[in-house]
Amino acid sequence: MSRSPGRKQENHKISRELFVLTYGALVAQLCKDYEKDEDVNACLDKMGYSIGIRLIDDFLARSAVKKCRSYSETADVIAQVAFKMYLGVTPSVSCSNTTGNEFSLILDKNPLVDFVEELPAERASLCYCNLLCGVIRGALEMVHLAAEVSFLQDRLKGDAVTEIGITFLRKPEDRKHRRN
Amino acid sequence: MAIFSVYVVNKAGGLIYQLDHYAPRADTEKTFSFPLDLVLRPHDERVVVAFGQRDGIRVGHAVLAINGAEVNGRFTADGKDVLEYLSNPANYPVSIRFGRHRLSSNEKLMLASMFHSLFAIGSQLSPEVGSSGIEMLETDTFKLHCFQTLTGIKFMVLADPRQTGIDALLRKIYEIYSDFALKNPFYSLEMPIRCELFDQNLKLALEVAEKAGPFGPGS
Repeated sequence: MSRSPGRKQENHKISRELFVLTYGALVAQLCKDYEKDEDVNACLDKMGYSIGIRLIDDFLARSAVKKCRSYSETADVIAQVAFKMYLGVTPSVSCSNTTGNEFSLILDKNPLVDFVEELPAERASLCYCNLLCGVIRGALEMVHLAAEVSFLQDRLKGDAVTEIGITFLRKPEDRKHRRN
Repeated sequence: MAIFSVYVVNKAGGLIYQLDHYAPRADTEKTFSFPLDLVLRPHDERVVVAFGQRDGIRVGHAVLAINGAEVNGRFTADGKDVLEYLSNPANYPVSIRFGRHRLSSNEKLMLASMFHSLFAIGSQLSPEVGSSGIEMLETDTFKLHCFQTLTGIKFMVLADPRQTGIDALLRKIYEIYSDFALKNPFYSLEMPIRCELFDQNLKLALEVAEKAGPFGPGS
């Protein structure tokens, strides 16, 4: 969470605790505002989307990754470069179907839920980190890759691991007549 | 060495930012007596020199001011037609300022859109699959460097042909855009960039790149 160094090393690091607390406060306030879990999840996804459409340029400007030539390359870049850069964790990637457009990111450590042990009983279907899904979806859309991103498993709900599923929707050949 | 201007074009081809950093304005003002030895003709909305190049007044230069008062397209400040005014011996001796016409913002918008289209054509004409679009356009007086991001935004820098380090400068402008334009919550994507911080940091980056000079490593 530090700014880019540039010429002088300006390391304005903000504390991770503050970020985690801010996210927690955000989710708590949304829970107060909306009764249904689906509404909270949708709101988190929308917020994540508007973050993702801006974050993608920051990511591309700082990481200088080349254009990905396949879905699996894209999933690898998301897991190994993007997650590392922004959250400091590296999920593992696995491809979950034969057509090669569904991938899973398995997070063993998730900094956003450091201080959350489990969801309250009345919020059983809340996707606490749904913001992340929106971020990934928004970022992919800006590089012309439509995708559906959702939580397949969540430790907070009692599953063994936290798993984010990315399903790419459109074939890359369709983009041939767009820019290159 | 100099960087002349920076253009930022959005995905749809619209110009969202433009900065003229350095314009080599070579205006020449001279006093003339009748008859005028330059041949003038109307062109678009201006009166330009067609023949009779001399003393810094080049063919293609437009009439910018007559007797100190700026002309308004083809008409003088008082509303008289420039060509008629200059063909009347009673108005002489007259002092006329000639120079290269500065592009209006509408013209810049149009040219940026045209470049956007040419860029797309360029990448389709390529014999190799998946080639990038136009990266550089070189003329004898300037070089136009273009960088298209994976998200479709184009950054263009017009610089002196001898200026180096423009690639690094383009990457730096992308960083500045992602910082001061995108992270501004009140900036809407694809809209004209009106962020003070973006302006300031961009000018700073241009100065750094210029100082590095023709032999420098750039940013």
